[in-house]
Amino acid sequence: MPQTLYEKLWQDHLVHQEADGTALIYIDRHLIHEVTSPQAFEGLKLAGRKPWRVSSIVATADHNTPTDHWGRGIEDPVSRLQVETLDANIREVGALAYFPFKDPRQGIVHVVGPENGATLPGMTVVCGDSHTSTHGAFACMAQGIGTSEVEHVLATQCLLQSKSKTMLLRVDGVLGKGVTAKDVALAVIARIGTAGGTGYAIEFAGSAISGLSMEGRMTLCNMAIEGGARLGMVAVDQVTIDYLHGRPYAPTGAQWEQAVAHWRGLRSDDDAEFDCLIDLPAGEIKPQVTWGTSPEMVVAIDSTVPDPAQESDPVKREGMERALIYMDLRAGTPIREIAVDKVFIGSCTNSRIEDLRAAAAVVRGNKVASKVRLALVVPGSGLVKRQAEAEGLDEVFRAAGFEWREPGCSMCLAMNSDRLEAGERCASTSNRNFEGRQGAGGRTHLVSPEMAAAAAIAGHFCDVRELL
Amino acid sequence: MDKFVRLEGLVAPLDRANVDTDAIIPKQFLKSIKRSGFGPNLFDGWRYLDVGEPGEDSSLRPRNTDFVLNKARYEGAQILLTRQNFGCGSSREHAPWALLDFGFRAVIAESFADIFFNNCLKNGILPIVLSASEVATLFAQVEETPGYRLLVDLARQRVVRPDGKLLPFSIDAFRKECLLNGWDDIGLTLRHSERIRDFEEQRRRQQPWLFA
Ligand code: SF4
Repeated sequence: MPQTLYEKLWQDHLVHQEADGTALIYIDRHLIHEVTSPQAFEGLKLAGRKPWRVSSIVATADHNTPTDHWGRGIEDPVSRLQVETLDANIREVGALAYFPFKDPRQGIVHVVGPENGATLPGMTVVCGDSHTSTHGAFACMAQGIGTSEVEHVLATQCLLQSKSKTMLLRVDGVLGKGVTAKDVALAVIARIGTAGGTGYAIEFAGSAISGLSMEGRMTLCNMAIEGGARLGMVAVDQVTIDYLHGRPYAPTGAQWEQAVAHWRGLRSDDDAEFDCLIDLPAGEIKPQVTWGTSPEMVVAIDSTVPDPAQESDPVKREGMERALIYMDLRAGTPIREIAVDKVFIGSCTNSRIEDLRAAAAVVRGNKVASKVRLALVVPGSGLVKRQAEAEGLDEVFRAAGFEWREPGCSMCLAMNSDRLEAGERCASTSNRNFEGRQGAGGRTHLVSPEMAAAAAIAGHFCDVRELL
Repeated sequence: MDKFVRLEGLVAPLDRANVDTDAIIPKQFLKSIKRSGFGPNLFDGWRYLDVGEPGEDSSLRPRNTDFVLNKARYEGAQILLTRQNFGCGSSREHAPWALLDFGFRAVIAESFADIFFNNCLKNGILPIVLSASEVATLFAQVEETPGYRLLVDLARQRVVRPDGKLLPFSIDAFRKECLLNGWDDIGLTLRHSERIRDFEEQRRRQQPWLFA
């Protein structure tokens, strides 16, 4: 019987199944960071259990780490304790790879895994972080888990799962100039809603997806969770294989050949059946800007802030009204007229080298608008940072008035000191515009790196297509 | 994990859709390395008028008296009633820990986000999905009736309204057993240790590059 990619991955990792369908799924790669792991390690120890296979673990500190003044260490004692707890746990237990604070390869866990070749096609990848869906770009069954599940995977190398339904999201055609993977992701969420993917594993396919780089595919799969889907994935093709070749933890020699032969089968069979099919023509997608407090509250750059009065569902209408108050916006305002106070280029969605190149291309030779209080570029990892510096991108950003920082999650969730103050408005390349996400009272608009760069220079949102 | 068998409790209504886990427990409290103590900071940004910091005594902070959980009539609530897509966003298990620490043992909603749903089950909180119309009726009844309580009967998979109406719900048989018995699922999984080892060995032979 023809199978979808998800069904193949499921079959390949199924250890055991209960009568009601609850399954034990074997886990190949366990990514760990400081925020969601301490209680899991503690639980393991309290129960007198040992980790099952430490060579599956790749760990780094990212959420709490500062992005400037590294010489001073981590000044917030509560954050420092959490990072030190990770250090101690990994020291005690071991790992395939650990990139601690200040390590040259430290960075956001979802950037670090793939760039080191620690995320390989066909793997099951878990992490106590919802954006683990990122790794689905490599045809992985990759998903975010809670801390109890982190402990479960540490102890048993397995995860208890029920099989998801399958959704094929096809984007055919050519993306317009200035339209990026981020815009595709936001357009997808606009279409299905933030709960549209709940219970589904989404496979992104179609010519526009095949045309994306691995960085772009990661951006897209990263946002699958914002559409409610724990898993987003893209089939293996030559782009995947070329990306992985020569990465530190990718196989070499005869094993590389053997692996590649296996990976080439990691695609849905031609006549495989999906539970749900959605077509989104690439040509219809414009640069997107969120206006509200949920990623589904999103419109194209050439639109206006929507009017709740036009919404017939009362629960939705109320949500929209609340969002407009929180965001201090009025229905009917053209998106281009919304001025920004801060700009953040970073996060596991858009902090890879390609993102920085794209933003720098818009910035080059321009200045950040004087009304913009802070424009921040936070590379996703130490490797991305050094690559960007080798290409002179840091100079482009600095010359324009951006701050060029050390890698980490930074203002994506503002656990360190990078944050919005109450009332500040931000053009952000991150993935969540929830109330207070980037700082209590802060107002987030999600955009692509190009659109964030353009907003920094204009001081308000503008259509990057007109600048290119 | 504590058992969940039957719960007869006061219902608090949170009439919003898409309540995300950042709202349930804001990021600054995620710096804790413990599993408990999150109750005072549940819905922190909505419950208080200032911005809370970890380690602060929340009893001294100014409260937002409009927020539902600050109303005297909902004090001691054990069942949270809400709308669609509850618990979306971040995978932080601190969200169910905070709900539990505050005193909630069950959440009734039209739908839940996947990761949050699982995280609840791992902590002895029962997430119950009811239809939009059933949820709407419950909201109306809670509003009209001070002291509105529901009976949640997991063994029989139903919620019983004060007027006697039965609202059946579904749950995976395996999850139900775990909740009813308070089982630790790691212990259950480890009963399959041998099978996991065999699977792993076979995998190591077939795809050795995964075990480098
Ligand atoms: S960058 Fe943001 S979304 Fe990504 S892992 Fe860090 S905090 Fe989470």
